[in-house]
Amino acid sequence: MVPAVAVESLTYYYGDRPALAGVDLQIPRGAMFGILGPNGSGKTTLFRILATLAVPASGQVAVAGQDVVTRRSEVRRALGVVFQTSSLDDKLTVTENLRHHGHLYGCSGAGLRQQIDELLQRLQLQDRAADRVETLSGGLQRRVELARCLLHRPEILLLDEPTAGLDPTARLEYWRLLTEIQERQNATVIFTTHWFEEAERANLLAIMDSGRLVACESPATLKSTISRDVVTIHGDDPAALAASIASQFNCDAVCVGNAVRIESASATALLPRLLEAFEDQVHSISASKATLEDVYVQRTGKAFDAEEPSE
Amino acid sequence: MSLSVYTLLLREVIRFYRQPNRVIGALLQPLIFWLLIGSGLNASFQIGGGNDVSYLEYFYPGVLLMILLFTSIFSTITIIEDRRDGFLQGVLVAPVPRAAIVIGKALGGMLLGVLQCLVFMLLMLTPMVDLPITPLGFGAAVLCLAVIGFGLTALGVLMAWPLKSSQEYHALMSVLLLPLWLFSGAAFPVDGAPAWLHWLMQVNPLTHALALLRHCFYVGVEGGVTGPAPLAVSFGYAALAGVATFVAALLIVRRG
Repeated sequence: MVPAVAVESLTYYYGDRPALAGVDLQIPRGAMFGILGPNGSGKTTLFRILATLAVPASGQVAVAGQDVVTRRSEVRRALGVVFQTSSLDDKLTVTENLRHHGHLYGCSGAGLRQQIDELLQRLQLQDRAADRVETLSGGLQRRVELARCLLHRPEILLLDEPTAGLDPTARLEYWRLLTEIQERQNATVIFTTHWFEEAERANLLAIMDSGRLVACESPATLKSTISRDVVTIHGDDPAALAASIASQFNCDAVCVGNAVRIESASATALLPRLLEAFEDQVHSISASKATLEDVYVQRTGKAFDAEEPSE
Repeated sequence: MSLSVYTLLLREVIRFYRQPNRVIGALLQPLIFWLLIGSGLNASFQIGGGNDVSYLEYFYPGVLLMILLFTSIFSTITIIEDRRDGFLQGVLVAPVPRAAIVIGKALGGMLLGVLQCLVFMLLMLTPMVDLPITPLGFGAAVLCLAVIGFGLTALGVLMAWPLKSSQEYHALMSVLLLPLWLFSGAAFPVDGAPAWLHWLMQVNPLTHALALLRHCFYVGVEGGVTGPAPLAVSFGYAALAGVATFVAALLIVRRG
């Protein structure tokens, strides 16, 4: 079967700066595919190319078996896209927005009306159907966006940080609905995120860093590549602390960002000894099983800077 | 294509009527403009050629042109807002030809402009406006307004599409769009202008478009205002400029 997305040696530049420096990627049909990376890692650029909003500098990109440059119209028909910022018209009502979107995809008449009713119901929006979008909460607006992108029954959903700016409750609700839809329609879902918790929801996860793909496997497989526990220490001078720990305990203590990170086979034994030796320099110390963040740090040698975009 | 044009056009119209301040502004602003400036200059205005045309009468078609211009500005400045807020990206990833975006906008701007002009033209039923328009002339005037409205909105699309902020648009509006209106014969006749201005006004396609519109008010009656060129020349020149603007707008939207 043709994969949902096939990317080969993809590059993209902003001026001289490479945003994507040779990406190869295959996304199978029916996957819940996450693209994880900090801001500036190239994930949004990849999203824009898949969505046909940017043209690759070189390389091949096919969505639903169609080339994103030469078969743009077919690709657009196959995709349901949700952007980071709302693409709804806030002066129009929920139904008007959905109808407008349906028309853009060539749907009209009774079929469209029925599809709108069905989606409003499935996304629990029927009570607000006649309300203007500007009167809806952020969480509800995101749900309307989701309804909007499902209207033309796309095979592939492409979502750029779909839960950015939502509170935890709304975020959970959003994921519940999205998962339900994905299972029911057997659609391929591709989402970008800079949240590790959200990345865990993928059944396949690509990790991006500086325009490159540094990993692409299931979150469980990725975490299992780090068999040992991870001890994280926050202190006054992490670099000096890491050096002292490394020499005193003869272990691999590295300074990542503003913390010291140690991989250890037996964190429970190491923890009290570390505390005893460096009590006055340690603010906090914790031990955990490997997380996706540890995977990121291990693959890139960098701390994950997951601040909200400042624009 | 027609469905996408229809839906983009419909959105323009709904948006307009859901913003009451915009509706009030659109109706009151030309009225105030016409009354204040028109009354102020009425006494000192005298047109060449011995025609007896008051300034309020002379200025009237110019205000109609201003309504079209401002409607076009307001409806195309939303391109910048739509791009910033995100609405436009939803349209750009839909399987819609880019031309539909331009045509939808231009038809939307045209329709809103003509509707507002019609409301303003209700004044002609009152003694305030003394224009000898015939039914035929009225029909021709509406057609003229529609075509000018379409062209002006296409010009707005052409300007707004590459811009990143509405401040930039405001700047362009002051140095380009407003002079385009001011030097179209809307506020003062071409004939009395100094040579350099005379030349500038002759080159301005809006001068010729306005001359056509003005002519509609005097179809089949004596008198009126002499145009900057024979009517056929004005028509050809204005039409050419309109088509060129529309094509340029199509090209710029297709490019990015």
